Amino acid sequence: MNRYAWWKYATLVVVLVIAALYTLPNFFGEAPAVQVSSARAGHRLDEGTVQRIEQALAAAGLGAQAIQYDGQTVRARFASTDEQIRARDAIERALNPDAANPAHVVALNLLPRTPEWLQRLGAQPMYLGLDLRGGVHFLLQVDMAAALDKRLEGLVADLRTALRDKGIRHGGVRREGNAVTVRLRQAGAVRGAEDLIARDFPDLQPAVREEGAETVIALTLRPEAARRVQEQALKQNILTLRNRINELGVAEPVIQQQGLDRIVVQLPGVQDTAKAKDILGRTATLEIRMVDESPEGLAAERDATAPVPFGSERYLDRNGRPVIVKREVILTGENLTDAQAGFDSQTQEPVVNLTLDGKGARVFRDVTRENVGKRMAILLFEKGRGEVVTAPVIRTEIGGGRVQISGRMTTQEANDTALLLRAGSLAAPMEIVEERTIGPSLGADNIRMGFNSVVWGFVAVVAFMCVYYRLFGVFSSVALAVNLMLLVAILSMLQATLTLPGIAAMALTLGMAIDANVLINERVREELRNGSAPQTAIHKGYENAWNTIVDSNVTSLLAGLALLTFGSGPVRGFAVVHCIGILTSMFSAVFFSRALVNLWYGRRKKLRAVSIGITVEPASTGKAG
Amino acid sequence: MELFRLRRTIPFTRYMLVLNLISFVTFLAAVFFLVTRGLHLSIEFTGGTVVEVAYTQPVDLAQVRSAVAGLGYSDVAVQHFGSARDVMLRLPLREGASSGQQTEELLAALRAQDPTVTLRRTEFVGPQVGRELVEDGLLALAFVIGGIMIYLALRFEWKYAVAAIVANLHDVVIILGFFAFFQWEFSLAVLAAVLAVLGYSVNESVVIFDRIRETFRRQRKMSTREVIDVAITSTMSRTIITHGSTEVMVLSMLIFGGPTLYYFALALTIGILFGIYSSVFVASGVAMWLGIRREDLVKATKKPGEGDDPNAGAVV
Repeated sequence: MNRYAWWKYATLVVVLVIAALYTLPNFFGEAPAVQVSSARAGHRLDEGTVQRIEQALAAAGLGAQAIQYDGQTVRARFASTDEQIRARDAIERALNPDAANPAHVVALNLLPRTPEWLQRLGAQPMYLGLDLRGGVHFLLQVDMAAALDKRLEGLVADLRTALRDKGIRHGGVRREGNAVTVRLRQAGAVRGAEDLIARDFPDLQPAVREEGAETVIALTLRPEAARRVQEQALKQNILTLRNRINELGVAEPVIQQQGLDRIVVQLPGVQDTAKAKDILGRTATLEIRMVDESPEGLAAERDATAPVPFGSERYLDRNGRPVIVKREVILTGENLTDAQAGFDSQTQEPVVNLTLDGKGARVFRDVTRENVGKRMAILLFEKGRGEVVTAPVIRTEIGGGRVQISGRMTTQEANDTALLLRAGSLAAPMEIVEERTIGPSLGADNIRMGFNSVVWGFVAVVAFMCVYYRLFGVFSSVALAVNLMLLVAILSMLQATLTLPGIAAMALTLGMAIDANVLINERVREELRNGSAPQTAIHKGYENAWNTIVDSNVTSLLAGLALLTFGSGPVRGFAVVHCIGILTSMFSAVFFSRALVNLWYGRRKKLRAVSIGITVEPASTGKAG
Repeated sequence: MELFRLRRTIPFTRYMLVLNLISFVTFLAAVFFLVTRGLHLSIEFTGGTVVEVAYTQPVDLAQVRSAVAGLGYSDVAVQHFGSARDVMLRLPLREGASSGQQTEELLAALRAQDPTVTLRRTEFVGPQVGRELVEDGLLALAFVIGGIMIYLALRFEWKYAVAAIVANLHDVVIILGFFAFFQWEFSLAVLAAVLAVLGYSVNESVVIFDRIRETFRRQRKMSTREVIDVAITSTMSRTIITHGSTEVMVLSMLIFGGPTLYYFALALTIGILFGIYSSVFVASGVAMWLGIRREDLVKATKKPGEGDDPNAGAVV
């Protein structure tokens, strides 16, 4: 009865091998590395960059242990920190000839020393949280009320323009709290306005009321539209933050949405909070200006040494070509509500579609009418430095606020341009509601202390189990070790973030996991005392303990799930490890330890005694008093 | 090796009244301290800034206080954190000033006094986050209590569910009482520990209730009190050994885990020690006073493996 079918052993072996493979990367440690990524939004690195890096390293007489390219970033691993720093300088010089205008982010990083064959299996070490590696953590709250406000303001302007275009006479379009009201006197105008709103403003929910001689249409943003505005605001802010953080040269920044209106930013390894905050809070501005097409202007564009005409400025476009732009600003980014890459409906060419608000549309129509055939430049200013994103030629007068930029663009370029136009500014202001800085020495201390408490606790428990339950104690200890391995393997596979509370949960879970084995061993002892034959005692012990183990783990799991659901930050880190630990403990303590016992004792037909730390006495003691 | 060779059943129920009175008094004391002293909540709940700095030499707190005094805070807590070289400062929220400014001002003041000081950690929590954490904490507590009660009511009977929850809330209140009495810092990690203890010590009640059910089935002539005595006696060994092993782990965290894990481990230690006592005596005591009967459980469907062998006594 104490035999497992061969497939059960096979399953166990497979599980153990997989667990061992995925636990393994955690033992290789980390090697110093240099990481290169693009400093510009939407710009990707290509194989050419890899070659340039290789050449730069060869020229400097440095040999990288490995160079990886994953489509986004290039990472080169080195033997020592000394080489790493020299390599960083060499790559920096090669890739960013102009220090004031870097095209690449070259950052120091630590890379896992995981062998390639393991990496190919997708095995990676656990991802360490900030409290273990040091860095800054920000929780930013996006001011959604401001985002909605901005949207409503835009709608008011649009509505005024639309009403005027249709020749509908009104007594005022105003903001009243969260609503926009349109006052109308004539019945015909009311009908016209209602039609217009229904057709062109699907985001608004109208409610009509009479106020004396006037009909008032109160318009509120539909809930789904409001939600869309908030989602877009959050997405745009995340995008903008990502662009700005790229400049910090952080190796692995984390920028994530949390809840409906919050953004978490984690910058491992960064210590200078002031600089980080400065960059997060910076505002970029977008400006639309006319290109100076006067003969002097064109001459200055062709020849870098020619003087720039009065009233114009020289800017570079993204490919480094000069563009002479007039100083007068036609529109700013505030008037641009959206920018999306798309395809032209007729030519199927990649295009960028811009949407302007009411005021923007009006100005744009006037300017385009007067300047057909000329070029218009869209500039992005950041840190006081301007860059021409694109300078298209105006083909025709453009009304209605929908602008299409087309011509000789690849899909990738269209996407990049749209991204840049959108990402210029934050959709809504943000406020830092939580901030944490962890020094690198503290991180290292935390790892060491967390590791020590797990190891010493584990040693003490194992020592006790082996003394108290003898061979069964050894089985339980092996099961406990397997539990730890499974836990680490699953955490590595999920790439869950390991934090100090997570390590605490690991220790606690191990302490609790032994409960199942104690229950089993006590039951087996009890059966032996009651006079059962050893084989029966083992069988019944496991059988009887199972119900209790399930009950007790269910209650622990309930607590763990509650923490996972309601907890945030450190508590979540604890809860994730705790919950996974409870599940792995059920597997290892029951299924795996039983397999060991079966393997050891199961095949013996005439088993006289089992080594569980008691000497069996006559069955008479089995009567309970 | 055997630690517990109990040859006869210990008549625990005879002392139940006294034991429960003791718990009741401890409970009242804990509530008293909670009300009068209140919890020393960490900035995670109250909002504010914590700055942890390290000196190369052991540093005198009065000296650090004098450095900070010039910054114009009404209430800055300064204390050693882990060792005499590490100092933790807690600043209250200040209108208008961002956390970064606060931290930099503070560091500048400390550096002016001793240039070797290094920043170990800062933490800033805004007021609204704190409020949410309190709400979420209470929700989590309610969820755990509700979940456990429903599970136990389904698995056993409502009386057992009530008994287990009373016992475990008693643990929670006593842990909180300790934190209030000693004014230990109550942080998010401690809250996690409290909830983990809640889930964990319910285990113990479950194990004893399991035995009570089993004994009700096997020993048809026993009175309820005798059944409870048998159940407690026979699970005694397991109770102490499992809690002992968990406690060993927690102690190892208390000793090696450093200051960050200290209060977490402390809350667990108190929880585990009281958990043993409460789940054994309070849970079964309350169940007894609520009047559990054989008829309540025996009608429940039998499970395989729980045979009614008349000779299979419950003895460890």
